[in-house]
Order: sequence, then structure tokens, then C-alpha cells
Amino acid sequence: MNKIKVPITENLGHGHLACAGCGAAISMRLTLKALGEKTIMVFPASCWSIVPGFWPYSSYRITAVHAGFVTGAATASGVRAALDVRGDDETLVAVWAGDGGTFDIGLQALSGAAERNENLLYICNDNEGYMNTGTQRSSATPLLAWTTTTPVMQPKENPKKDIMAIMADHHIPYAATATIAYPEDLIRKLEKAKGIRGTRFIHLFSPCPPGWKMASEQSVKISRLAVRSRIFPLYEIENGRDYTIQEEQRVVPVREYLKLQGRFSHLTEKDIEITQANVDDTWERLLRRARC
Amino acid sequence: MKRVITGNQAVAYGVILSRVDVVSAYPITPQTTIVEELSELIASGRLKTRFLKVESEHSAMAALIGASTGGVRCFTATSSHGLAYMHEMLHWASGARLPIVMVNVNRAIGPPWNIWSDQSDSLSQRDTGWIQLYCENNQEVLDTILQAYLIAEKVKLPVMVVLDAFVLSHTSEPVEVPSMEEVDSFLPPFCPDYPIDTQEPRAYSVITMPEHFMEFRYKIQKAMEEVPDVSKKVDDEFRSRFGRGYGAIERYGKEEAEVLLMTSGTVTSTSRTVIRKLNEDGLSVAGLKIKRFRPFPSEEIYGAIKGAKKLAVIDRNLSAGVGGIFAQELRASLYPREERPQVFGFVSGLGGRDITPELIGQAIQYTVEHPQPEEEILWLGLKR
Ligand SMILES: Cc1ncc(C[n+]2csc(CCOP(=O)(O)OP(=O)(O)O)c2C)c(N)n1
Ligand code: SF4
Ligand SMILES: [Mg+2]
Repeated sequence: MNKIKVPITENLGHGHLACAGCGAAISMRLTLKALGEKTIMVFPASCWSIVPGFWPYSSYRITAVHAGFVTGAATASGVRAALDVRGDDETLVAVWAGDGGTFDIGLQALSGAAERNENLLYICNDNEGYMNTGTQRSSATPLLAWTTTTPVMQPKENPKKDIMAIMADHHIPYAATATIAYPEDLIRKLEKAKGIRGTRFIHLFSPCPPGWKMASEQSVKISRLAVRSRIFPLYEIENGRDYTIQEEQRVVPVREYLKLQGRFSHLTEKDIEITQANVDDTWERLLRRARC
Repeated sequence: MKRVITGNQAVAYGVILSRVDVVSAYPITPQTTIVEELSELIASGRLKTRFLKVESEHSAMAALIGASTGGVRCFTATSSHGLAYMHEMLHWASGARLPIVMVNVNRAIGPPWNIWSDQSDSLSQRDTGWIQLYCENNQEVLDTILQAYLIAEKVKLPVMVVLDAFVLSHTSEPVEVPSMEEVDSFLPPFCPDYPIDTQEPRAYSVITMPEHFMEFRYKIQKAMEEVPDVSKKVDDEFRSRFGRGYGAIERYGKEEAEVLLMTSGTVTSTSRTVIRKLNEDGLSVAGLKIKRFRPFPSEEIYGAIKGAKKLAVIDRNLSAGVGGIFAQELRASLYPREERPQVFGFVSGLGGRDITPELIGQAIQYTVEHPQPEEEILWLGLKR
């Protein structure tokens, strides 16, 4: 992987309220570095409605527009329209939405914006659950995981929704996955996305220590294991058609990833096999999509 | 220039003349022809407006919230289920103090499905912090949109302009359409106080603790309290330029009357005819048109009803469990007053059933003949 210079400017200020070890705090810090000050970021409800702190303060050093949970892509479309009318072509309009705000409640607005190919950078900060409300399942929660609404007696019955495939099938110019263990890759993808017009989608994988019942110092490690175990492969899709996979050579069994997280501690040997089979299957599907 | 146009066309003219920057809307009968008209005008290049053709009403309002935060003039139109679907965002628009103007074409909310006139849609949004202005004819529709932007941008609250399904939306009437120059000199461009500027980054609609939240709401109430004064000035200015004005309310008919009939929307036009006839026959009755529902024009009404013993209210809406909403608000506004005429709350015309001159006559007759209403809800034209 090519080395990329990480900008030194900090656009996430001190005093924010993210939990210790919050993967998303690292994601946010890197993202704001990559996007720079000429950015307006729309925040539908998520942890990131709270993390920057309470009025009259904010840890964001960029323009932040907080918005209703459902409305990330729609509110951003409006902001973009206003800038266009004002003749401002340069300012980047971005959305920072959780997996709940993207895979579930915000999907309709996102699909609408993507179909219209709105000139937006949409970032889905995926921590695989509704964390702001205390770890309930979302359609991004993985198969068999514990959440407060999928207790261990009846863990998540369905596999994670394939949001990248959904976005790719809107034929948007750019979609990519990224995660904090690969900061150069993350920044490169954000910079690439920044230079493209139309709807761009970044699926950002951000471990959440309290929600995943994991040690707060292991966010980066778990992020890396997610990629190595192919739970979360890194790849890009251009125009819904051209796939580039950043393949990790050091592949590990999913067990290595699962065993560090309390949300999977109830898994039996059989469950782990099922999970591995599901991951293998999803990987195969990705390769198939990438091939044709 | 005088044109013969429908209420929905009058809306489109209002939007053009207000130089709206961003429109975002989703079709629903009977609002649809507004969306179509605007699409045509924009496609033909006659209107330099961005039109966001979103996938739902919720997104339509959300997009305007984004655009208005971005500092430009915005418009949408909807009806009934579409308005209900926007509910969350209506609170957001007023909470964020955005001067969005929206037209709502009054239509019943299902089930059962019904596309005809009924005020239950707009009135069930009465607590969302929007100013609500009801129109009687197509001229008033156009004029009210022009006024609405001035009021909204002055007090920093959104305005809902309301017109009746079909009776106005799809019915043609002669309308004086002012010229662009005339409107430009009445309605200056929108200048937001806190426009988005990445050189000076701000956070909008930040989470707020109990120690501050109430003050934000207090400020909205204070802004609402400015509306009577602001809208009167706007209306006076409008009248001086265009020769037409509306007021928050309008009293017509006999000057000293014991019985007053309170109506809104197009029912007022029918009532004018009925009351004129009854006055000619010597009956002491007058009419009261309510244009502004939010903020409720308590002062204006109280000033206009002096001497009246009974107030008949015709509500084309129902808050089940209470009755007509205009009547309910009127009762609440009269309670602390010295003079408290009897309020006769008639509910009629739900789901577009015609409120005929005969029915209006019956309501007046009942009010004249009874010292007080026999029931809290007086159903008018109901098939029992
Ligand atoms: C319409 C609506 N429904 C529910 C909520 C409550 N709510 C706020 S944030 C949230 C979960 C957010 O989950 P996600 O989008 O994954 O973001 P995270 O908090 O995990 O970062 C929920 C359910 C809301 N604000 N609005
Ligand atoms: S709950 Fe999870 S995602 Fe939210 S701030 Fe804490 S660690 Fe971050
Ligand atoms: Mg989440």
C-alpha cells in the first residue's frame, strides 16, 4: 500500500465525549483531517449527536449541521442545493451517519439521494448497532451477535445487510470500505472520494468497546482482524461496476476476531462454524461481483 | 395582469414571484398540479430554481431544512398524508428557526381514503411551531405566499399557507398577478443571520441540556408573539402597494350583531352570501373570517366580537374526543375575558362534503334560536 501523508490539522477538538477507545473517534479524527475545513458535515442522530458536546460548545472545527435521524442524505441534498444556488462549487457537503441511520431508518432518503446522484460524500460510520441508544440490533449487526434486543438466548438471527452491494447497484460513481487499522487506505479513499462529483459512499468500520464488550485498547487490533478475517474486506467500487479489492494476505479464521469480543462470547463451536461459513460465502459473493 | 388561474397555479405564481431558490416536493392529490406546474417552469428555464425531486415528504422537508440552513429561500407544498408524514421535520424547521414557506392543500386524512377538503391535516400540526394562514380565494393564495416570506424571514419561523382542496386548488378564478418588479420592491432577498460559512464554522441544532432548552422554546413563543404586529405591518404595506389586504381576521355583515358566524377557508365565501341575505331580511348577524390560525388571533377576535352574545363556529375538521378545533381554540381564548359569548361549535363538511348555504343557514338559525348549545359538538349535515 502506498504511504500517504496524513494532514496535521486537527478538526476534531478536545473535550469530546466519546467513550474510551471509541473506534469512531479515530475514524472521525482521520476523516476530518482528510476532508479539511471547507467541509459541511450533516449529522443525523447517532453517537455523534452527543459526542461533540452540548450547546453552546462543539468539538467540531468544521461546519456541523445536526439533523433528524432519518434525514442525513436529504438534509445534505438541501445544503448542497443551497451552496449550488449561492455559486459555491468548492465546499464539500458530507454526511456522517451511523449504521442505523444508513442501513435502516435512513435508507430511503439515502437511496433517493443516490438515485438522483446528489453531489455528496456519505459516510456510514458502522459500529454494528444502535449504540447511542445503548446497543440495540440494527440490520448491520452481524449474525449471532448479542445486543440488548438480541439477547444471548436469541442472538441475531440474520446476517448483516450488504449495504455496499445496495449502494453499488445505485451505480454511484464511488463506494469504498475503510477502517481505522488502515489509516493510509482510509485517507486515500476519502481524498479520492473528495475529488469525484456525484454521490460517494464510504462504509467505515468503527469498533465500539462498550457495545461490542471488548477492551477499549483493542479497537485498532479488532479493526485489523475484521479485515484479515474477511469480516470486513477493504475494497472500492467505481460506477457500480469496477471493483478493486485491497486483499489482505494474512488471512485469519473468524474465531480470532470473535474471541476478543464479549458480544460473541456465547457462541458455540457450531456457531463459530456457521459464522465462518457465512463470512466465506459473503467473500465469495464479493469476488463474484468483482469478477463480472 | 389579470389571469384566470386555479389555486394551485396561484401558488406557482407566488413561488415564482418570491424568487424561491430551492423547491423540494413530493406529489400528492390535490397538491400535485403545483409540483407539475413548477417542474414545467423550471424545465423551460423560466424559473431559476433548484427543484429537488425527493423520494418522500419527510425528505422534502428535510431537504428544505438543509437548504434554508444554507441560507436560501425555500418552498414546498403538500397535503394530508404528506403533511402527516413530515410531522417530525415540521418541529425541526421551527426549532431550527428556519423561514420555510409551505403550502398545504387541505385534504382529509385516511382511512378511509378521501382526497377532498378537510382541515384536519393542517390543524393536527398546530403544535409544531408553524405560523398558519388560511385562504379564502385564489387571489388571497397568491398574495399570502408573498406576505408569508416577509413574515417568516422577519420572525424566523416557518409559515404554512393553507387552501381548500379542489374548491380552490382546482378551481379557476380571476387573479391579479403582480409584476416581478412590483414584488421585488415589496419582498427583498432573503438575508439569513447565520448563513453557513466554512471560514467561520458553526454547529447548527446542537444537543442542548435542560438548563438551556427551555429558553430556546421561550424564544419561539416570543417570536410567535411578534407575529400579529409583524404581519399587520406586512399586510398594511402590501395593501398600500397592491390595493389588497386581509388582516388576521375580517368581520363582515351587520355592524352590531348579537350572533356572529366564525369560519375559515372557502366556507367564508359561502357564508358571506348567506349573511348578506339574512341581513337584508333584517336578521342581526355578522361573519368573522379567521385567516390566521397560528398564532391564534385572540386579541383581534376579542376586539371584533364586542357586543355579540353568541358565536357560531363552523369547523371543517374534527379532533375526536373534543370537537372542532377552531371552536376549541376560540373557547380557550375567551375563557379569561370579561365578555364571554356562548360558543356554538358546529362540525361540518368533513372529507369534502359540501357546506351549502342551506347548512350555514341552519347553523345560524340554530344559534339564534337557542340560548346555549344543547351539545358540545353540533353536527351539521350529518346523516344519523
Ligand atoms: C425517528 C427517530 N427514531 C429513533 C431515534 C432514537 N435514536 C437516536 S440515535 C439512535 C441509534 C443510532 O444508531 P446508529 O445510526 O447506528 O448510530 P450510533 O449511535 O450507533 O453511532 C436511535 C435509535 C431518533 N432520534 N429518531
Ligand atoms: S458507544 Fe461506541 S460508538 Fe458510541 S461513543 Fe461510545 S464507543 Fe463510540
Ligand atoms: Mg451504530
